[in-house]
Amino acid sequence: MIDWGRTCLITVTMLGGLLTLASLLIWVERRLLGIWQERCGPNRVGPGGILQPLADMIKMFTKEDWIPPFADKVVFVLTPAIVVVTTLMTFAVVPIAPGFIVADVNVGILFFLAMSSLAAYSVIVGGWASNSKFAFLGSLRATAQLISYEVFMGLSLMGTVALAGSFSLTDIVEAQRGLWFIVPQFLGFIIFFIAGLAETHRAPFDVPEAEAELVAGYHAEYSGMKFGMFFVGEYLSITLLSAMIVILFFGGWHGPVLPPVLWFLLKTSVFIALIILIRGTWPRLRFDQFLSFSWKVLIPLALINLVVTGGIVLARNG
Amino acid sequence: MNHRPSTIEDAPAHFSGLVEELERHFGSEGILAVQPTKDEITTVWVDTNRLREALRYLKSEIPRPFPMLFDLSATDERLRRNHDGLPIGTFTVFYRLFSFDRNQSVRIKVPLRDEHLSLPSVMDLWPNADWYEREIYDMFGIRFEGHPFLRRLLMPSWWNGHPLQKDHPARGTEMGRFQLPPEKLAMAQEALQFKPEDWGLARRHHDPDFDYMFINLGPAHTGTHGVLRLVTQLAGEEIIDIVPDIGFHHRATEKIAERQTWHTFIPYTDRVDYLQGVLNEMPYCLSVERLAGITVPDRAQVIRVMMCEFYRLASHLVWYGTFAQDVGALSPVFYMFTDRERIHAITEAICGGRMHPNWFRIGGVSQDLPIGWDKLVRQFVDYFPSRLDEYERLVMDNPIFRQRTVGIGAFTLEDAMAWGATGPMLRACGLPWDLRKVRPYSGYDQFDFEVPVGSHGDCYDRAVVHVLEMRQSLRIIRQCLEHMPDGPYKSLDPLATPPPKERTMQDIETLIHHFLGVSWGPVLPPGEAEVPTESSKGQTSYYLTSDGSQVSYRTRIRTPSFAHIQMVPFMARGALLSDLLAVLGSIDFVLSDVDR
Repeated sequence: MIDWGRTCLITVTMLGGLLTLASLLIWVERRLLGIWQERCGPNRVGPGGILQPLADMIKMFTKEDWIPPFADKVVFVLTPAIVVVTTLMTFAVVPIAPGFIVADVNVGILFFLAMSSLAAYSVIVGGWASNSKFAFLGSLRATAQLISYEVFMGLSLMGTVALAGSFSLTDIVEAQRGLWFIVPQFLGFIIFFIAGLAETHRAPFDVPEAEAELVAGYHAEYSGMKFGMFFVGEYLSITLLSAMIVILFFGGWHGPVLPPVLWFLLKTSVFIALIILIRGTWPRLRFDQFLSFSWKVLIPLALINLVVTGGIVLARNG
Repeated sequence: MNHRPSTIEDAPAHFSGLVEELERHFGSEGILAVQPTKDEITTVWVDTNRLREALRYLKSEIPRPFPMLFDLSATDERLRRNHDGLPIGTFTVFYRLFSFDRNQSVRIKVPLRDEHLSLPSVMDLWPNADWYEREIYDMFGIRFEGHPFLRRLLMPSWWNGHPLQKDHPARGTEMGRFQLPPEKLAMAQEALQFKPEDWGLARRHHDPDFDYMFINLGPAHTGTHGVLRLVTQLAGEEIIDIVPDIGFHHRATEKIAERQTWHTFIPYTDRVDYLQGVLNEMPYCLSVERLAGITVPDRAQVIRVMMCEFYRLASHLVWYGTFAQDVGALSPVFYMFTDRERIHAITEAICGGRMHPNWFRIGGVSQDLPIGWDKLVRQFVDYFPSRLDEYERLVMDNPIFRQRTVGIGAFTLEDAMAWGATGPMLRACGLPWDLRKVRPYSGYDQFDFEVPVGSHGDCYDRAVVHVLEMRQSLRIIRQCLEHMPDGPYKSLDPLATPPPKERTMQDIETLIHHFLGVSWGPVLPPGEAEVPTESSKGQTSYYLTSDGSQVSYRTRIRTPSFAHIQMVPFMARGALLSDLLAVLGSIDFVLSDVDR
């Protein structure tokens, strides 16, 4: 039986927590980058600048929300919501602590993969509906990128599934009670991390928005809160990616002394910071270089990883 | 290090047999006159109908040829007072060629006499003649027969008149009230409409279902580093063709030079390439001093060298950071601007200015070094090398950075010479051609430093050359610091402007010079001089013509960025859009240096 009261409570907690976190990440990223880049970053609004997202939000809401006359209006308006909605829905299957999950479905990984594929539509359709050349090139690049990382993203997770013997995220975390999957699935982790960075359009795979050449790429024509939604979506995706890495490879909520929820949040924050650090460090790949890298290197590696893991699992069980 | 001793060290600095070689080939009637100049650049006047023959001979037939068209411009001679027996007509077009084998320049001048101002184009000899000829057409109204795309280059297409003609007004107040009648507005609006055919670009592929995509990069674009517009023809992301549109930053510095005195023009040179401060003042002051015959005292020379190298570092730092940003790295630009700030703290302490120091004077520098300058400089040269190491790990050694730049935008040494590439663009192709080494000025021959070179001429090698040059600049600064000579910081020559202040208090002669030099301007003897120097981006030179007055009769500013931006289509054709940004970033250009 579903305990409706409990589910609602968890849903509201997660929704509130996530949206707060996503807006807070705007400040965290700018501040961390600032510190790493020998400057201050936003430090004026509130203590240490922590209220900066609030100021940003007020700015976004009061700005002119311009819809280009040449755009496909309905699609143009709907698009920013896609990325936020799909990412938030994925969090329904994310187990934060034992029992702290909205919907403990037995195909959690598949749900995650399906939703992340849907999220990619926001980039493709957003650029297309803008009907501007820079945005159009951005979505072309996003499409090209999509058909490469989606393939090995799924493949890279199959080793984990084989080891845990389940598609359920809770089961996968439970299976890591003794040994985190980062040890047997190191290759899988690397490949998944790369795919995740490409999925979230973060450096060094931020080619669809490539600031240097495409100005802002797929969201070049967006303004006001619609632009803000893309941002919130991006930070939600980063949080989701970090959470998934922790669940799939770093033992989820497992850890000594501290309560499980804290462990989960701690590990997730480390990966969020790592993703920000990567953005501050690395240049951007050219999109055709990323394509050939994924088809020629990552997909074969993911397949080898899957075959070897499968063999070991078979040998151990048989 | 890849030295070519046979080409550089052996050639005598002032080879004199060139006129005899030309006479042997043409017979003495082919040459109208040989003009003596103050800069020892062989200057030969030839007739219009012998021009192409002479240029072709110099470019390819003469032993040890002149493969580079270094500069090409014109002079309006209609107000000229001192003819000196030269065959001066109404306009003069001059071709400045350069030979690496001889380490020698030659200037070929053609007088234009009749009303019909036209000359044969030399685009088939040198591809870079394209923009130079368009610029002359734009500025002087001289037509070049056979030029395929003879349109205005710097001025808007609807402009009336040709700005560098002597009868064109130099100030807005001389031009009458500004008016914008509806038809003029319509014309200006119409000129903004983009029609690919106007740019010599085809809309359609030979496949009828396939149209090209046109993208306007700029004039306001994050990747163009200023107001540069690149009309880009794309098939997918592949670049089919590019047409650069320049002139948005044009301020007619050459026209301004004809109304400012020799002395008051110095601040304007700062703005020609606004990133390299005194490196602009160097070629101007050297040329003026050559005209005036002033010898600059040792201390002033070393101060100049030190400040030049500081500004070279500052300019290279901006290039370093923005290049990294162009290929997508977010952080380097902040580190490099922080360090540039440290350099500007020093230049501010010494010059009082930062980006526009206005520090050199005719005959020396503005003031002596302040007390404690050595402490500041020493602090910096001790601090900076470790930062350079860190940058190399962060940027140059990064595998993605290499992947984005190695083999991108490559060209050969022959291409570089044919397109007039100088500075790091040329050295990245493997030729250690640095004017500080091969034609030392301001005492650079007294310093111990090396000329870094690349070998492939691609974006990565250009970056390597820039980075290694920064270390050499540091080396030169350290030598300046340790061996700063004593003595005056300004020449005592009467033409040095303004004369040393201490003497104006004592000496009535100096006071008079001070008064005249500042209120009216120093009067330079008639003549011509041009001293090219190695600036941060390539060779910059000011070709000055004095008519015996307190202002320049004609100032021709040859800047490296102009030649380099002209190469962009050649470098980026067939590459991807992302590569175009890597190419632009690696060139190291400043739009004010392109448009002047």
